[in-house]
Amino acid sequence: MTVGLIHFLVVSSLLFSFGLYAIITRKNAIMVLMGIELILNAANINFVAFSRFGNFGYSGHLIALFVIVLAAAEAAIALAIVLNIYKNLSTVNVDEIDNLRE
Amino acid sequence: MNTYDIIFYLFSALTVISAAFVVTNRNIVHAAFYLLFTFFGVAGLYVLLAADFIAIVQLIVYVGGILILLIFGVMLTNKITNVEIRTDTINIVPAIIGIGLFAGALISAVVNASWKINPQEKVIPTTEILGTLLIQEYLLIFELLGIILLIALIGAASIARK
Repeated sequence: MTVGLIHFLVVSSLLFSFGLYAIITRKNAIMVLMGIELILNAANINFVAFSRFGNFGYSGHLIALFVIVLAAAEAAIALAIVLNIYKNLSTVNVDEIDNLRE
Repeated sequence: MNTYDIIFYLFSALTVISAAFVVTNRNIVHAAFYLLFTFFGVAGLYVLLAADFIAIVQLIVYVGGILILLIFGVMLTNKITNVEIRTDTINIVPAIIGIGLFAGALISAVVNASWKINPQEKVIPTTEILGTLLIQEYLLIFELLGIILLIALIGAASIARK
C-alpha cells in the first residue's frame, strides 16, 4: 500500500492524541502549552494533506500559514501570563493555581 | 516500497516517537528538546506533501521562535540552580485509557472513511502562488493577522513587565 492521504491522517491523529495527553496529565503550565503546540501541528498536517490530496487549490496551505501565525501570538501571550503567575504565586503548576487574587 | 514511502516512514516515526517522549519525559528541558525533533519531523512531512513554503515557515517560526519562547519560559519559571527541572504528572491511568480509546476511534474512523482522493498531478513550487493568493483573495485575513500580531506583541510586553 503506497503512502497516501490516510497515512498522513493517522500521523496527525497520533500527534493530536499525544497533545491531548500532555494537556490532561501535565501539571506544569509550560508543558500544557507544548501539548497545545502538538495539537496545532496535527491540525496543520491535516490542512496541508487535504490540500494536496483533495485538489482544493492552495487554500489549505494558507490556512496552515494563518494557524502558524496565531500559534506564535498565542505562545507569546501565554508565556507572558505564565511569567506573571509565577511572579505572583511562585508556582506554575496548573492544579495549584486556584486563586483569582493573591 | 519506493523512496517516497521510506522517507515518509522515517519522518513520521521521528515525529510520533519524539512526540511520545515530549509527553512522557519528566524533565521539562528534555521535553522541549524532543519537541524540536517533532517540529522537524512535521516540516519533513510538509515537504513530502509538496508544501515547501509551509515547511520553511514551520522551521523558522516554530523551531526558531516558539520553541525558544518555551525554553525561555522554562528557564524563567524554575530555579535554574536546580540541576533537575522536573514536573509532576497527574491522572495518568484514566488519561491513558481515555486517550487510547479516543485515538483508536479517531484512527479507525480515518482508515474506514471513504475519502474522495483526487491528488494534484504535478508538483510545483508554491511560494509564488501563495504570495499571489495572499494579496488577492486573502488580503483581508492577511491584514487582520498583521493587526493581531501587533496587538499580541504589545499585549505580551505590557502583561509581562507589570
